[in-house]
Amino acid sequence: MSIITLSPFDLAMAATLVVILAALSIKMRLGVGKPLLIAALRTTVQLLLIGLVLNTLFANVRLLWVVLLASAMLLVAGREVMVRQKRRLTGWWGYGVGTGSMFVSTFCITVLALTAIVGVEPWYQPQYAIPMLGMMLGNTMNGIALGMDRLLQTAWDRRGVIEARLLLGQSWQRAVEDIRHDSMRTGMIPIINAMAAAGIVSLPGMMTGQILSGTPPLEAVKYQILIMFMIAAGTGFGTMAAVWLTTRRLFDERHRLRLERLR
Amino acid sequence: MVRAQDGYADNRQKVSNLQIKKLSRDGLGPMSLTIGPGECVCLSGESGAGKTLLLRAVADLDPHQGEVSLDGQPCSAMSAPRWRRQVGLLLAESQWWYDTVGEHFQGLDTDCLQRLGFKPEVMAWQVSRLSTGERQRLALLRLFCQRPIALLLDEPTASLDPENVGRVERFVSDERRARKTPVLWVSHDPRQMRRVADRHFRIVEGKLVEAAL
Repeated sequence: MSIITLSPFDLAMAATLVVILAALSIKMRLGVGKPLLIAALRTTVQLLLIGLVLNTLFANVRLLWVVLLASAMLLVAGREVMVRQKRRLTGWWGYGVGTGSMFVSTFCITVLALTAIVGVEPWYQPQYAIPMLGMMLGNTMNGIALGMDRLLQTAWDRRGVIEARLLLGQSWQRAVEDIRHDSMRTGMIPIINAMAAAGIVSLPGMMTGQILSGTPPLEAVKYQILIMFMIAAGTGFGTMAAVWLTTRRLFDERHRLRLERLR
Repeated sequence: MVRAQDGYADNRQKVSNLQIKKLSRDGLGPMSLTIGPGECVCLSGESGAGKTLLLRAVADLDPHQGEVSLDGQPCSAMSAPRWRRQVGLLLAESQWWYDTVGEHFQGLDTDCLQRLGFKPEVMAWQVSRLSTGERQRLALLRLFCQRPIALLLDEPTASLDPENVGRVERFVSDERRARKTPVLWVSHDPRQMRRVADRHFRIVEGKLVEAAL
């Protein structure tokens, strides 16, 4: 099976739908017309740019370029995790905890999948490495951001309870265990739900894309399962690390709650 | 009824004094004070004078300078959780995090429970249905069930009716005499101070000043 390439004209037809929708909503004063157009424009420009970057990368398979692109993706994802938190750790911790946890979990798992599971040659082959890493980062980012936001907000709201438990002689680990469980769950729920609904309620985007481009469905399904497991593991380990590091930072060596380390 | 696991010791027979040496923290102190075995010292001062801040520092719940020791053992020489089990601080606002009362208790002293005006059935009650006063008395009971060696009480009778104020005062006084517990008691009421305390200090401009009872 060959791929049916899309011409600019084909895309323009799809774009007309968005423009009509925007025009209608502006006329009806729904307030989503302008944001819709801006977002559509951003999607076009950003995706074309990454397409160009990937094209160049595929033509020059070099580890340095892959690492550079991967680092850029990580740093942007790290920033995204930070700005999604209503309360943040002060100083470098605010950026470092999320980014560091994401780095360790996503990079380890992606490299493991590339070398041991998929076994591409060379292992940093961008055709495999970049899309996989992208999906890992996107999902892990969500999990970590949700988990940390929940953790910091709850610790702030329930400072009285945490301190009362410390005063009864509980260790800091014990005093925040409920909050930790809660945050962990919050971070993991999206991927658990996605795995539970996959194939019945929703056809995952990656698998759909592979099928559209001519891959036999069962091959696409196998890749989707691999990706789902990688995402689940990445999100789980990443959220665990972020929640652990954040709670560690919230207390000092004398088991005191230090909320002044939040803002 | 006292468990001996992870540092919970039966402290009943120990005779201890609580010694605060040059304790200071943001805008407060340095303060020094020694409370003898079984002695009760009342602490007063205007709102915002730093009474609660002092108690929190003594319980090592906030960063501070200076040293507090119990029976000659400095706070810094033991783990913070162990220190807080020995130096029990009761904050003015009690906190509850499980659904029922009983889940908050490690070991129950039914004698104390009755002397604070409760029946054993209280352990099955929902926390959400307790009045503020009941919560306050139960928080005191919860603290006592840990057998602290020294006590820091931040307005323990603030939300109680006169009958229960008397109950709590008698309970704390009996216990501190029986167990030789040093007590630091924050109060606003001069009559209460005369009823419960041996000495009285005021916090004035961040310093401890001995005052008449």
